[in-house]
Amino acid sequence: MNQDIKKNSIIRLFNVSKRYNGKFALKDINLDIEQGEFIQISGPSGAGKSTLLKVLYLAEKVSEGQILIDGMNLARISSSRLPLLRRRFGMVFQDFKLIPNRTVYENVALVLEAAGEKSDYIRKKVMQVLRTTDMDKKAKALPLTLSGGEQQRVAVARALVGEPSIILADEPTGSLDTKSAQVVLDFIMEYHKKGATVLIATHNLHLLESTVRGKNIEITEGTIKRTATML
Amino acid sequence: MSHFIKKALSDIRLNRFLNLVTIFTISLSILVVSVFMLFFENAGRVIEAWNQGGRAMVYLKDNFTKDMLLEIKEKINNVGNIQEMVFISKDEALDRLRKEVSPNSAFLKTLQGNPLPNAFEIKMKSYNNIEEVETFAKKIKEIEIVEDVEYGQGWLGKFLKIFNLFKITGYAMCGLFFLIALFITSNTVRLAFYSRKIEVEVMRLVGATETFIKAPFYMEGILQGFIGGILGLVILLVAYLMISSGITQGLSSYIYFDIRFLSIKTIILIILVSTFLGWFGCYLSLKQILK
Repeated sequence: MNQDIKKNSIIRLFNVSKRYNGKFALKDINLDIEQGEFIQISGPSGAGKSTLLKVLYLAEKVSEGQILIDGMNLARISSSRLPLLRRRFGMVFQDFKLIPNRTVYENVALVLEAAGEKSDYIRKKVMQVLRTTDMDKKAKALPLTLSGGEQQRVAVARALVGEPSIILADEPTGSLDTKSAQVVLDFIMEYHKKGATVLIATHNLHLLESTVRGKNIEITEGTIKRTATML
Repeated sequence: MSHFIKKALSDIRLNRFLNLVTIFTISLSILVVSVFMLFFENAGRVIEAWNQGGRAMVYLKDNFTKDMLLEIKEKINNVGNIQEMVFISKDEALDRLRKEVSPNSAFLKTLQGNPLPNAFEIKMKSYNNIEEVETFAKKIKEIEIVEDVEYGQGWLGKFLKIFNLFKITGYAMCGLFFLIALFITSNTVRLAFYSRKIEVEVMRLVGATETFIKAPFYMEGILQGFIGGILGLVILLVAYLMISSGITQGLSSYIYFDIRFLSIKTIILIILVSTFLGWFGCYLSLKQILK
């Protein structure tokens, strides 16, 4: 069973480099991530953790190398197919990226509206996810009236509502207190247990090490320094 | 579709002031255009009315005798472009005058004999411009027994000149206001876009297509244009109702027609143009921002 999963690569990076003004943010990255894996990307600030996630969801294009997502070559993906690719990702950001003038419900529903889902399904699914993340009572609230932890829970709900196969989380606990951070990680972990692949860029190693079994990829100055298994 | 309309209405509500300014600017532009359209339509009807019932009076010299009637009729007919020709003898003309003027008028009492000439009342088939009418009149005047030809040359020529001047000014003003409205609409969309930059970014990240992202902006532009167009026409209608009765009464002794509001066809055209204006402003703006 374990062997079968290992053959099923969902993300593959071949000699990926990213340069900004001639300076390497990522250099010669090779990665092979299997479906259902939990990957923690660690490293100091400016090491290239966020850039690695950005090139995966095509917020940035690579300077060199190739990325395959479930067999799809990102370099050859047309602009019309890009939204379809992004719907396979659930993204969580350190700054939450919630739309300030939309309610909690509307922020989460946006994912399903963009995917063209029917309104009945959207209503049902959004409320279900908000209940899971314990934010259903604040469905009508605006993001700025919520605490940091609550905002991040909404962001997690938004990332999970589309039932993505891959979760990309960029410092999701970076601006939260320990308790809120643990709650957010628990939600992500719960979803991971259902089979989702998770890539999480964080400097909060202690929080993850205590709860997660997976792989830790340490990045320094844009290159992979070490890959270790977390037990 | 209903999602985009709801979204556009909610965005208009959120950016109330900006959208109101845009709608008001569009409505003012449409108002200016509509005023010219109203003038052109009514002036056009006057010209058409004259064109259809265009008459010329051919006055004959005193040495005319009834024996010449057939010969003159033939000569006038040879000029062409005549739909109807009626001979009015000087006696008949005097009878008409007596019916039109009060029997007690000093003019009739002091009148000795019949000073009125024999004449032909000619109804022309059609004409395209004043020069054609002038040529027509000149040809008839060349007939030896004809004293004069009266065809309203004074007022018609002046009217057509003023009409053409208004037409050119109207086109220029319409063009100018169209550009102003286009600029304002395009700018509103640009401001709305920048104010919703995070929203657009998030939409992209969660897998929204470009159509899904742009549709609410287009819908907003279309609604602005549509509402602006209707508002402009409503302002014009109110102004028309307040002013028109006074004008018609005041001028009723000079002009034999009533001032009418724009035709349904023109109203629909104006609303369509205004809606297009909203859409086009949005298109230009998004094309520039999202290139």
